[in-house]
Amino acid sequence: MMLGAGDPLLSGKIDLTVVLIVIGKTVAVFAFLLVAVMLYIWFMRKVIADMASRVGPDTAGPWGILQSLADGIKLFFKEQSVPDSADRRVFFLAPYISLMTAFLAFSIIPIGGQVSIAGHQTYLQLADLPIGILFLLAMSGLGLYGVMLAGWSSGSKYPLLGSVRASAQMLSYEAAFGLAIVGVLVQAGTLSTRAIVDKQAWTGVGSLGTWYVIPAFVAFVIFLISAIAETNHPPFDLVEAEQELVGGFHTEYTGIRFAIFYLAEFMNLITMSAIAVTLFLGGPAGPSLGFLSATGAVNTWLMPVFWFVAKVMVLLFGTVWLRASLPRLRYDQLMDLGWKWLIELAFIWVMVSGVIIVGRNEGWNLIAVVPLSLLGGLGILGVLRASMPNRSELVEEIL
Amino acid sequence: MSLTEEELKMQITGDSSGTDSGDDVDEDVAEQAVIAPELKRLSRQTGEGSQELRPLQEIVIAGGPWPELEGDGQTMIINMGPQHPSTHGVLRMMMELDGETVVRAKPVIGYLHTGMEKTGEELTYVQGATNVTRMDYVSPLSNELVFATAVEQLLDVELPERAIWMRMMLVELNRISSHLLFQATNGMDMGAVNMMLYGWREREEVLRVLEIITGLRMNHNFIRPGGLAADLPDGWQEAVLGVCEQVEAGIADYDKLLTENPIWQSRTVGVGVITTEQCMALSITGPVLRSTGFPWDLRKTQPYLAYDQVDFDVIYTDNGDCYDRYRIRLFEVLESVKIVRQCVAKMPGGDYRVQDKKITPPPRARIDESMEALIHHFKLFTEGFRVPPGETYARVESPRGEIGCYLVSDGTGKPVRMHVRGPSFYNLQAISPMMEGRMVADAVAIISTCDPIMGEVDR
Repeated sequence: MMLGAGDPLLSGKIDLTVVLIVIGKTVAVFAFLLVAVMLYIWFMRKVIADMASRVGPDTAGPWGILQSLADGIKLFFKEQSVPDSADRRVFFLAPYISLMTAFLAFSIIPIGGQVSIAGHQTYLQLADLPIGILFLLAMSGLGLYGVMLAGWSSGSKYPLLGSVRASAQMLSYEAAFGLAIVGVLVQAGTLSTRAIVDKQAWTGVGSLGTWYVIPAFVAFVIFLISAIAETNHPPFDLVEAEQELVGGFHTEYTGIRFAIFYLAEFMNLITMSAIAVTLFLGGPAGPSLGFLSATGAVNTWLMPVFWFVAKVMVLLFGTVWLRASLPRLRYDQLMDLGWKWLIELAFIWVMVSGVIIVGRNEGWNLIAVVPLSLLGGLGILGVLRASMPNRSELVEEIL
Repeated sequence: MSLTEEELKMQITGDSSGTDSGDDVDEDVAEQAVIAPELKRLSRQTGEGSQELRPLQEIVIAGGPWPELEGDGQTMIINMGPQHPSTHGVLRMMMELDGETVVRAKPVIGYLHTGMEKTGEELTYVQGATNVTRMDYVSPLSNELVFATAVEQLLDVELPERAIWMRMMLVELNRISSHLLFQATNGMDMGAVNMMLYGWREREEVLRVLEIITGLRMNHNFIRPGGLAADLPDGWQEAVLGVCEQVEAGIADYDKLLTENPIWQSRTVGVGVITTEQCMALSITGPVLRSTGFPWDLRKTQPYLAYDQVDFDVIYTDNGDCYDRYRIRLFEVLESVKIVRQCVAKMPGGDYRVQDKKITPPPRARIDESMEALIHHFKLFTEGFRVPPGETYARVESPRGEIGCYLVSDGTGKPVRMHVRGPSFYNLQAISPMMEGRMVADAVAIISTCDPIMGEVDR
């Protein structure tokens, strides 16, 4: 299996130009993500400040836009302390695990459409893996190690609690997260992000209906909730919960290593928003400027990227809003929400949408089959519910 | 560590016969090599010292003993504080955790002890207000009021009407600012970050009004024995009524943001429950007591100042959990606004302090004209006034509960003993029983809704 098998760039002869284009795309995506994080942090601080009747950062650069850069430079030159009891090797390694997986996950995102660079046709996307979505799941699973090992290797109590929370939280939400994605995959019939985006391509206002947010609305909601939990974003930020665990897993980190965790966290947030856009909101699909040539630079390069960024921005604004206003859930409530609601709902959804798709292909009577499958799903759920131990009964048993 | 080094060595080596057997030099050296790193390791652990937690068997929770711990029964002792984002200053909570569950908790205090009660014995009654105002720095005027009331009880003076109503208005404004601060920090402790800034925003407006009237935002030293430091400035009605509207708008916002919020309710309803009996046993007062269904508010039950002449309600609820303590403080602000409005409407004219040259200083202009006034002024601010011998106890309802001041005078210009009953100190005792068996996140909510001010706890 070749990397980026779907990309027309790599289907022909691979010469120096192709290699240079790939390197150029890698650097561009790297820079895009770094700049996006920088701007997102600034944007977040400005919006939260506005919601709280404050001014926010306003000194570094125009409207304080360089604040994140200034913070980064400051953190880079700060002293880095390592606790005596830390497992030094793991302690140094952990931030880079987080950072690496955060970067890699973004490589499968289709940022724009098909363009021509130096006579070669290529996608505005770093890698179009045939297993695209699985790669994302793998990376977000590996990202957990960064957080878990950081807390464990600090040799301190608060980080340890934070990392225990992190492993439990990310593992349980990985399930709901994966199932929500399956809700789209059964409809799209492919794992490649490019193919999924192509199925939602813009052909007029009517193509809004092909965006999976509409046929897979339940999956979209589950995806949003579990993605927020997966990235440890408020109101699910138990892992760092400043008011409870001081800083959670990164309590003992200082200087650039702390900055790397910070960076990785926001990269994951941007990646998750981008994935949501790719899977549910059509990715770069959107109306192009009709008065310009359909093959001109504006409509092939700029407009798809514009639509992609705009959709991501809308989702990111939502995350900022959550961060500003909601109280944090408690650990057991978070687990309840994940295991007792989201996973079951996602299962039923996958079952029903699977039945619809198979039924359509086989020519079944959908009106009869769909309620039946729904009932079946609910029945299984009921059995599961009944077999679950009740927490208050458990406590009574112990006492 | 409560053990001596020798006992420790014995424990480590398991040698109960003591040093008698250790005649052989080589053996000693070998033993040292084993012991030294072990000692070093142990000495690095945070010693409990005299702060040992109660034995597990003595803990009674939900009517029964603590259940057997699951798994290998290992617990972890974690120190929350004195440096921790949500221990409201320098409270230290020693908590034994079984996973995320608090098995037992013990508040450790004294990190802000500055000996203010002892200092009070070295200050004249005129200077005393500057001292007590720094105890509960979030509601300084209540402290000043209780101290001034105690001194006036000993002096047996009758205050002019205007002074009484002015005091009432100031104390109620202060209660508003204190409860707003609670809303801010409580929101932050639960993770609702913007709530913190909303609370501070409205509180700042109240402090601005207090600054217009008293000249300072905090530590006013404005309510003094014999009356107040100054009369109300021009335009005070507009400032006070204006801030009342701002506060009401703010409270409506908080209500909308939090009260019906499902996450907020799931975090607070049924968390940190305490009963009236437990409150009585621990002499807990204020919103914590009122949340258990017992409408005890000194402003109603034992009216002081002119609280019997204003119309307001005592807010109380029945569940005694964090949610109720949050709601009580939310709605008490509205009652205080009601009182402040009535004070503005009914503010009587007349003098703002007792016209007794031995107690209150002469007006500045008189000092230039009258030799006698100059002497009074000089005497008052150097050695203060003399208070008849005796002892007294005064109490008022501060935002946190009953604040009391016990004064003993021997007839000189300084008290022999001054003791302040800080409600935070007593309310802090409720934290341990509330926390046991709850989760770490609940511990934060419980500390927060008990609203301790460490300056008042340690005095």
